[in-house]
Amino acid sequence: MRFAPDREQQDMAATLRDLLADAGTARIARSWADGESAPWWEVWHQLAELGVTGLTVPPDRGGLGLGAVEMVLCLDQLGYAALPGPLVESLAFLPRLVPESPWLAELAEGQSVGTAVVAEHVPRALDADQAGAVFRSDGEEVRRLSGFRLQRAESVDPARRLFTVEHATAEPVAAADPGAAFDHGVLGCAAYLLGLGRRMLDTATEHVTQRHQFGRPVGEFQAVKHHLANVLLELEFARPLVWGACLSVDGPRGPRDVSAAKLAAGEAARTAARTALQVHGAIGYTAEHDLHLWLTKATALRTAWGTPAWHRARVARALATDTAPIGA
Amino acid sequence: MDLDLSPADVAFRDEVREWLREHVPREPLPSLETEEGFAAHRRWEQELHEARLSVVSWPEEFGGRGASLLQWVLFEEEYYAAGAPGRVSQNGIFLLAPTLFEHGTPDQQQRYLPRMAAGTDIWAQAWSEPEAGSDLASIRSTARRVDGGWLLSGQKTWSSRAAFADRAFGLFRSDPEAQRHRGLTYFLFPLDAEGVTVRPIGRIDGKPAFAELFLDDVFVPDEDVLGEVGEGWRVAMSTASNERGLTLRSPGRFLATAQRLTELPGALDDDRVVDAWIAAQAYRLATFETVTRVTEGGSLGAEASLNKLFWSELDVAMHETAWDLLGPDAEVSSWVEGYLFSLAGPIYAGTNEIQRNVAAERLLGLPRGSR
Ligand SMILES: Cc1cc2nc3c(=O)[nH]c(=O)nc-3n(C[C@H](O)[C@H](O)[C@H](O)COP(=O)(O)OP(=O)(O)OC[C@H]3O[C@@H](n4cnc5c(N)ncnc54)[C@H](O)[C@@H]3O)c2cc1C
Repeated sequence: MRFAPDREQQDMAATLRDLLADAGTARIARSWADGESAPWWEVWHQLAELGVTGLTVPPDRGGLGLGAVEMVLCLDQLGYAALPGPLVESLAFLPRLVPESPWLAELAEGQSVGTAVVAEHVPRALDADQAGAVFRSDGEEVRRLSGFRLQRAESVDPARRLFTVEHATAEPVAAADPGAAFDHGVLGCAAYLLGLGRRMLDTATEHVTQRHQFGRPVGEFQAVKHHLANVLLELEFARPLVWGACLSVDGPRGPRDVSAAKLAAGEAARTAARTALQVHGAIGYTAEHDLHLWLTKATALRTAWGTPAWHRARVARALATDTAPIGA
Repeated sequence: MDLDLSPADVAFRDEVREWLREHVPREPLPSLETEEGFAAHRRWEQELHEARLSVVSWPEEFGGRGASLLQWVLFEEEYYAAGAPGRVSQNGIFLLAPTLFEHGTPDQQQRYLPRMAAGTDIWAQAWSEPEAGSDLASIRSTARRVDGGWLLSGQKTWSSRAAFADRAFGLFRSDPEAQRHRGLTYFLFPLDAEGVTVRPIGRIDGKPAFAELFLDDVFVPDEDVLGEVGEGWRVAMSTASNERGLTLRSPGRFLATAQRLTELPGALDDDRVVDAWIAAQAYRLATFETVTRVTEGGSLGAEASLNKLFWSELDVAMHETAWDLLGPDAEVSSWVEGYLFSLAGPIYAGTNEIQRNVAAERLLGLPRGSR
């Protein structure tokens, strides 16, 4: 038993974190929201050099063929950076959904990005205008869409560029297991939420250490400390659920365990967002401050890939017959 | 990353499971907070000891079986899942023993650990005082130097199970000149020593094992000073992290409570049940993460404060939820004792307000404010 990332996995996450910190992802999020995509693609190419874009793509399609643990550690870092784009779709969902698609080679090379409409839970395709492949997964059936007209819908997070896909030709494609792929998407989303939450906590911690009122840093006030301690508490106990779900995602308890992970991560990110905003005071409520880039994304992702209520109900249904531990 | 058990771990777990299946009393023992229950629980400790299951993680020479930290966590899971009795000797085993291993002399280890393992000595923790609660460093009870030892005087309070326990470990001010944390010394003393008066205090449920201690020139020989004279605070704090962190409250009991909760009528229609089950799993997985870290040479520092916050609040939430599910039957149900005990979780082992301060200052690095 060793319930922690190994050296290589830690190094991968650390390298990714440095790369994203240098890239200035807040600026990229703003330009992406404004429809200026070049800076984003620049980072995407850098990610390709690291192997991230082909992280879970099978080796015979040019990817690294790594598993859920690596996927989760990377999406956590991407969330920490709030890098926009169809990352959950491309890194967690699609390689599982259509593992035989030749298009995956373009993804792994960093030449393309993919997106999807997923029945019930992901009704609009994220960044479909930038995507080299758009898929639709309705339960059992998976189709690749083409010849479409896109209708933009404004998200609470301007960097989530959502599109309704109309009048498409829908070509059936060989899919692996849409249910399992969905669960990988859910898990990836949970990891991304964890990263968002941790970043908001770090930002808030930094702010309250610097901001003075009444002649001292506001972080010295106990009410503020306790707010932040609560955020840390929720995040630190959501993370092991996300890690645990990596171990069972491909087994019979996958649906239950990824739902628990997504629920906990989403709620922790929400607490982080609310608290970070509160302790920033009015500056946090402005578009000039970066906090909103993380906050609005956490708000959107909490209900994307299954709402908290939906995931909770799924866990409840599973518990009626199976209370074996998570990750087993 | 894995949760795989080695064949040795599986064999250990299966042996424990098997033994518990055969030995756990069919009828619950009377409450260990009563005299009769205390005695019954002491006999249970002795039975555990005979199977060498009372202190599995200790070295064999002291009555353990040198089990790994992981195996200990597995033991705890099995223990609570089997509905085995509460541990009357927990203060000794989980709070004093780690300190004895770390700071005790070989002589102290020999004199005390085997008796503790066997349930012969049941220990009480004598830290709190009427004027020293959260501000533990403001301890006033004194230790005065005499030939060959020390004379302890003063008042200790809120000592769990001290009314029936055999011995106590406590902090006393040995240097009245020194400031707060300095000048404290850690002592071991018998509760039936001359000069000790034990006054039971009924707990919230009226059970009489809780107690305050009055000490009037109680002689303690030098060999019962634990750690260096004047170093009591540092010695005690190594125990405190055990208390809040892993050992006092391993995931086993919360997993068992969560399981019982899911079995109540209508439980799965209540969101709180689902959330509690997930939280108990989170605590379990977080513990495996900690076990991994500690096994690889890391230590459990201020994270213990997060653990303490987590388990204590989870425990209250689970019991409140059970209460609601049971409705008017709750007040006469088997959940009553656990419910009332859960209410103490946010208070003992350092209140949750204090733990939030610790988490914010030590884990997030926020500035220490005025106290
Ligand atoms: C069931 C139970 C068993 C116990 N067993 C033992 C035992 O075996 N041995 C032993 O020595 N002790 C024991 N205790 C005592 C326990 O450790 C103390 O109760 C605890 O440390 C709190 O001290 P206090 O009760 O004096 O509360 P106080 O310190 O008076 O605190 C009162 C309130 O003020 C808050 N407060 C105090 N200071 C601060 C601060 N700086 N910032 C924010 N809030 C603050 C507290 O959080 C609390 O809410 C036990 C307590 C209980 C309830």
